[in-house]
Amino acid sequence: MNERDLRNQIADVKAGRLSRREFVQRMIAVGLTAPMAGTMLAHSGVAFAADAMDYKPTKAGGGGPLKLLFWQAPTLLNPHFANGTKDQEACRLFYEPLAGWDADGNLVPILAAEIPSKENGSLAADGLSVTWKLKQGVKWHDGKPFTADDVIFNWEYSVNPDTAAVSVGSYRGIKSAEKIDDHTVKLTFKQPTPFWADPFVAAYGLVIPKHLFADYIGGKSREAPANLKPVGTGPYTYVDFKPGDSIAAKRNPDYHQANRPYFDTVEVKGGGDAVSAARAVLQTGEYDYAYNLQVEDEILTKLEAGGQGKAQLTVTGHIEYIALNVTDPWTEVDGERASVKTKHPFFTDPAVRKAINLLIDRASVQKFIYGRAGVATANFLNNPERFRSPNNKFEFSIEKANQILEEAGWKKNSSGVREKDGKPIKLVFQTSINAPRQKNQAIIKQAFQKAGIEVELKSVVASVFFSSDPANPDTYPHFYCDMEMYQTTMPQADPQFFMNQFTSWEIASKDNKWQGRNISRWQNKEYDETYKQASSELDPVKRAGLFVKLNDLVVQDNYILPEINRRNCIGLKNGMVANKSGWDNDLWQIANWYRET
Amino acid sequence: MGNYLLRRLIVAVPSLLGISLILFVLLALAPGDPFGELASNPNIPPEVREMLRIKFGMDDPIMVRYFRWLVAMLHGDWGFSFASRVNVDTLILQRIPATLYVVGTAQLLALIVAIPVGVLAARRPYSIFDQIANTFAFIGFSLPTFFTGLLLILIFSVNLGWLPFVYRADIQAVGWMWWWENFKQAVMPVTVLGLYQAASYTRYVRSAVLDVIKLDYVTTARSKGLDESKVIVKHVVRNALIPVVTLVALQMPTVFGGAIVTEQIFRIPGIGSLLISAILANDTPVIMAVTFVFACLVVLFNLIADILYGWLDPRISFR
Repeated sequence: MNERDLRNQIADVKAGRLSRREFVQRMIAVGLTAPMAGTMLAHSGVAFAADAMDYKPTKAGGGGPLKLLFWQAPTLLNPHFANGTKDQEACRLFYEPLAGWDADGNLVPILAAEIPSKENGSLAADGLSVTWKLKQGVKWHDGKPFTADDVIFNWEYSVNPDTAAVSVGSYRGIKSAEKIDDHTVKLTFKQPTPFWADPFVAAYGLVIPKHLFADYIGGKSREAPANLKPVGTGPYTYVDFKPGDSIAAKRNPDYHQANRPYFDTVEVKGGGDAVSAARAVLQTGEYDYAYNLQVEDEILTKLEAGGQGKAQLTVTGHIEYIALNVTDPWTEVDGERASVKTKHPFFTDPAVRKAINLLIDRASVQKFIYGRAGVATANFLNNPERFRSPNNKFEFSIEKANQILEEAGWKKNSSGVREKDGKPIKLVFQTSINAPRQKNQAIIKQAFQKAGIEVELKSVVASVFFSSDPANPDTYPHFYCDMEMYQTTMPQADPQFFMNQFTSWEIASKDNKWQGRNISRWQNKEYDETYKQASSELDPVKRAGLFVKLNDLVVQDNYILPEINRRNCIGLKNGMVANKSGWDNDLWQIANWYRET
Repeated sequence: MGNYLLRRLIVAVPSLLGISLILFVLLALAPGDPFGELASNPNIPPEVREMLRIKFGMDDPIMVRYFRWLVAMLHGDWGFSFASRVNVDTLILQRIPATLYVVGTAQLLALIVAIPVGVLAARRPYSIFDQIANTFAFIGFSLPTFFTGLLLILIFSVNLGWLPFVYRADIQAVGWMWWWENFKQAVMPVTVLGLYQAASYTRYVRSAVLDVIKLDYVTTARSKGLDESKVIVKHVVRNALIPVVTLVALQMPTVFGGAIVTEQIFRIPGIGSLLISAILANDTPVIMAVTFVFACLVVLFNLIADILYGWLDPRISFR
């Protein structure tokens, strides 16, 4: 799919020959995100078509308690410090962004009066600024009005290095934030910014009140009382919070959307494990919602048989993949293994990489391990089956792998291991300790052995594997072995941050204390150039074409082997209606949740 | 007695210091860091993690960090949790009521079951009652709490639907309903923990009573025509309790430890689950504080045991 194909399809949508939803699905198929597809349509004159949220109650309140179960307990309630999705979700009860992303990739206004666009003149043609109009009459929980000053303050708060806010990635591209009037803010970017809908949108866009945080900017950020007792604009107000255990909230009677929210109180309970959380919703119905059910599908199906609730799966951009090491992990150069100055002893032979790709039985991994929670894929981004891109197919064939290796001169030696020039193919394959991953490793090992490749499996405790400790050689960024497998999450609706993990300037090495994001040390000039082009391209259609190319470049070189596109799985009790989106938090529309009676 | 107490408390200081130093160094050497979750998130620039490490003083040498911790601790400042940025003492205080309620009730239950059963079993060794009690005791301490906990959940929550299996510290009900809800949610964890403890206590009580019951002074008491129940309570049980007190006192800190598993299963917001989540998040200040509290508990309960000895048997004097 290139730029011209994209434009043709957009014309089809405009002419009504192709439905909006179908278009979005096709874009996902070639590795783009739904929000990107939505942006492309919007740019081409097809307005964001946010469906009116499906919401039936005719008055606010009266819904009784809403009980949410988080097996990873929320530990803090300041969205700028949120350590992982559990905290982001909890913040969503109290705080709101200017807009959020729905499942089809439309921007939905929340604290904004309208979505900026070229048509209404709030989006600059040069990509250097965007003007947000804020909703009038919105009040903080303590009665103070919500204004442009609050929005501007959030940018100042986040980018102050002493605040050490985790949201800084979304805000540091802003050069200035200017108050036009009390309800209009103009953001000016440092450079043309195609993904202008990053600051103040979705998970990192939640707005905290200036009047309560202004004294706690920078070094004193930890001391703000409101870190623990949030005062937001959201549908529920603070009652009680026990970090790592529970949150109690009650309905905000002054909420700015009519007839909302439906529930009178919200109880969030944390702790325990995913399986028993699934049980409490699906089997016993003790809770209304359970977050992130990383449970084997087989178990989920059994629990669903209890008839109290259902698992709900949403498309996301998370990808479970295998990386082959481009460098030699077994030779030390300048005090560093897997240095970019070295080359891997046999992955440099494209035949070996191709054979390895053929030996990964993705279909079985999906069928026997992930079930509904993951879809086998050959693309690094996303790939629903019925629109599988013809460019990247996956195949499982031990026969073909054997043939390729044989033709490339890798002959079996006396112990059945293939070798060339006296170098037998022996690999060390590492991943984090986690039941599905260990099963996955076992399946791969079996196929490898049949092709004459010897594998030693290694598994590292997740807390070590995923740590950023520069002194520990077992972390995944060190990559001190031949192959490794893990999941990269795509927390954002735009692939720009996501795809920078294959640029050559992101290579993890001793120099940057292994903080770089290019773990496999894969380098490609064309990729670097295309990436730079994509990150400054303002036409979303051209930009999308460039991202498709980036995906193909990295996948077709066979160093990066995508395996499973994970889905986000939640548990919902029967009768609960919750608008879910894979591009925003689960609770992004908590104001619109209700129970069917 | 006062003198003795003072001496014991002074002796405890260097041992606690030693414990704290070892704990601190072990934790500092352990792999993993509290910002691991931030590491795999593409949106978070590495500088933010660096900034956090510096801000929280994680890159300083171990000894500097230890002395900083020690000095702060002496000032009553327990530090703050890296994960929730809340003061550690606040976190611990929030967790204590649930732990005390569940673990305390379970201990009471264990003693209420173990003492009479152990004594009765020892009075007629190898009788049918003794055999049954022994069998149950064996089964009891052979089954780990995570197994019995799950079993109870499957029976009483899933199949029968009588009891909730998620423990809540913030029950909204008032009056009798509040008591009733609290009772209902505590039944399973208390039973699991209590019976597990009761099983091992029963064995101890039985053997302690067996040791005492054949001694001459018991026979003397009996031959003087004392009432049998009086003989058992005043002469036998009182003396037999000495080894049991040792066991119970020394078990107390491990009971908190044992409760870690139970708290996790039932989602009880107690100290044990705080420790587990802190370990999973590499939240060093919290791990340090909780384990240090455990160390203090060990010292404290040893002292309590020694004082109880003197009360149970005046021949053991305080010196």
